Amino acid sequence: MMKIRKVLAAAALIAGGLLTAQMATAGDKIRIATEGAYAPFNMVDSSGELIGFDVEIAKALCAQMQADCEIVAQDWDGIIPGLRARKYDAIVASMSITEERMRVVDFSEKYYSNVLAFVTPEGSDIVVTKEGLKGKTVGAQRATIAGQYLEDNLGDVVNVKLYDTQDNAYLDLATGRLDALLSDKFPAYDWLRSDDGKGFAFNGEDIDINDEIGIAVRKGDSLKNKFSAAIKAIVADGTYAKINEKYFPFSIY
Amino acid sequence: MDLQGFGHLLISGTWVTIQLALSSLLVGLVFGLTGAAAKLSKNPIARWLATGYTTLVRGLPELLLVLTIYFGGSQLLMWIAGSFGYTEYIEIGPFVAGVAALSIAFGAYATEVFRMAMMEIPQGQWESGLACGMSRSRTFFRIILPQVWRLAIPGLGNLFQVLLKDTALVSVVGLNDIMRQSQVAISSTKEPFTFFMVAACIYLLLTAATTAFTMFMERAANPAARGNRG
Amino acid sequence: MTWEWDVIWKYFPRLLEGAWLTMELVLISGLIGIALAIPLALMRASKLPWIKALPFTYIYFFRGTPLLVQIFLVYYGASQFEVVRESFLWPVLKQPYWCAIIAFSLNTAAYSAELFRSAIQAIPVGEIEAAEAMGMSKNVQIRRIIMPRAFGIALPAYGNEVILMLKGSALASTITLLDLTGMARTIIARTYTPLEMFLAAGVVYLAISALIIALFRFMEYRFNRYQYYHHADTPADLDPQLRDPHIDQK
Repeated sequence: MMKIRKVLAAAALIAGGLLTAQMATAGDKIRIATEGAYAPFNMVDSSGELIGFDVEIAKALCAQMQADCEIVAQDWDGIIPGLRARKYDAIVASMSITEERMRVVDFSEKYYSNVLAFVTPEGSDIVVTKEGLKGKTVGAQRATIAGQYLEDNLGDVVNVKLYDTQDNAYLDLATGRLDALLSDKFPAYDWLRSDDGKGFAFNGEDIDINDEIGIAVRKGDSLKNKFSAAIKAIVADGTYAKINEKYFPFSIY
Repeated sequence: MDLQGFGHLLISGTWVTIQLALSSLLVGLVFGLTGAAAKLSKNPIARWLATGYTTLVRGLPELLLVLTIYFGGSQLLMWIAGSFGYTEYIEIGPFVAGVAALSIAFGAYATEVFRMAMMEIPQGQWESGLACGMSRSRTFFRIILPQVWRLAIPGLGNLFQVLLKDTALVSVVGLNDIMRQSQVAISSTKEPFTFFMVAACIYLLLTAATTAFTMFMERAANPAARGNRG
Repeated sequence: MTWEWDVIWKYFPRLLEGAWLTMELVLISGLIGIALAIPLALMRASKLPWIKALPFTYIYFFRGTPLLVQIFLVYYGASQFEVVRESFLWPVLKQPYWCAIIAFSLNTAAYSAELFRSAIQAIPVGEIEAAEAMGMSKNVQIRRIIMPRAFGIALPAYGNEVILMLKGSALASTITLLDLTGMARTIIARTYTPLEMFLAAGVVYLAISALIIALFRFMEYRFNRYQYYHHADTPADLDPQLRDPHIDQK
């Protein structure tokens, strides 16, 4: 009997300790998750530090809200469940605001807008219109907005090839298997600037597909409005533009 | 061969592959034993279910299983959980989806291996166990299973090799295994041949190690034959 | 959970298009695979170590590595080399269709070669001795006796290999081909109905497997017909010297 009581007491102590520790962190800190695998928005540098546009925006927002923030890395697949399980309080990871996700989380106002763009070899004579692309082979990543756009709008005239990863699509563009690639513009911009993207360029106008990127928080959390207000504030005071400039020579808001 | 600093990535990928293969093996063995017991049982519904299981899985591509469980699994689980009143969001990650798909596939083939092995055990073994006063379950675990195990090892060894190679499929849904990490290395080095060849060699090493381990297990499980082979 | 039957009906014709490509891939690579496997098996069954070594390495590599690596090596790997991209082979290797066929053929050849080798070694020695005694040359023996017999012995196991090829052909979807799996994945990316579409694709796969099994049962019946003859019982008082032990056993 004594033994059981001792164990129970110890368990209660430990549980109590954990609880207070948990409450302490929950009280002072906003914990923010990002993925760390979507350059140039969120990635890990050689010292293991999270960097990128999302990370800098998150830090600027915290400074604006005068909150103490901790940024953690979380795999994409577990990122929404982790939020709901209170592992962290917000997701700043280039997440598109979609109806499906709105069912399980709340989103702040957008902090940037995603557009699509075609990439072709430099000096290619392809005109990226329905007419110009007739009979060409155009690639995109499967299960992305770019892939869907390609199928829905050009599926009847071009030969659509869908890849499991964006990198595989880049490989085929480089070997000439693809005449053109349709992709989210900003990651592609980053690729074009790197060594790998030498010899390729954007072709034609951006395609606006009304894809807004927001910050996800738990349903009903008051953080939603705080983040929205902070986004407005950093856009207004020029902090946003400064961060934007470091990554892209054009506004992505 | 110059791995250009991606060696550690491939090693971490190899570790993930090994974890995936071993986890699927453990779960798959349970499926296999259950399947074999069901196939040999007197209950017609159990037999029918087990036959349905093996027939279905042996005609379906493993990739399709992986994709179905990864993309459809949470929908299915939430539906099942919902009927018990649990409404939280359930997510299935690539590792769990991989273990589920690969162990289901492994289990279907292992069912046949175990069934054949169980049929090899003479009925008299059961009877003598019971005659010694053991219960049916004790007879099974003490007398029958060790012998089934010995007979099943060569077959299971082959199946494990198939399983090991099938782990590559889980990279398609984003698990950071050997294949995925090779692709990461390729995206910055632009040397697909080099890195896929390195991946192939790692798989060859793993299958060779499996063969060696299977032979060791065969000897370990068969004390009678050990003396003969020296 | 909502289950959308109408999505299945709506897209079923496109799934069947994919199934057609799947069957085409299996058939063509199966035939090329057999053509490659026969010489490999004959070399493997040889008694000379230096003839055995080459097919051994080939078979060991293709049986010891995942099909996914092999298909990626052909599709992405070959294009690493400028030489390949400049050569006359590029128009072929440029197309995912031919890359899939090359990878599947090389893969199935390795597995089939092992099947044929064990079948060749399972031919009763007496039959080959008999052929020799009849004065057949080695070539004639291979054509008239060894190959047909080995083929008959290997048939049931080869049927399994074809089913495994069918299952492996789903990997064509990883190099952008719209086979049955690729088609299902592409449809799902738009409709968000993974369970419905993968179930439908699964049913089509099972139907194709059933077709293959039936085909092989039929071929086995035709090819190994001698096994299905009912022998007349040997009269009990037959002169022992005239007895045929094969028939007595049955």
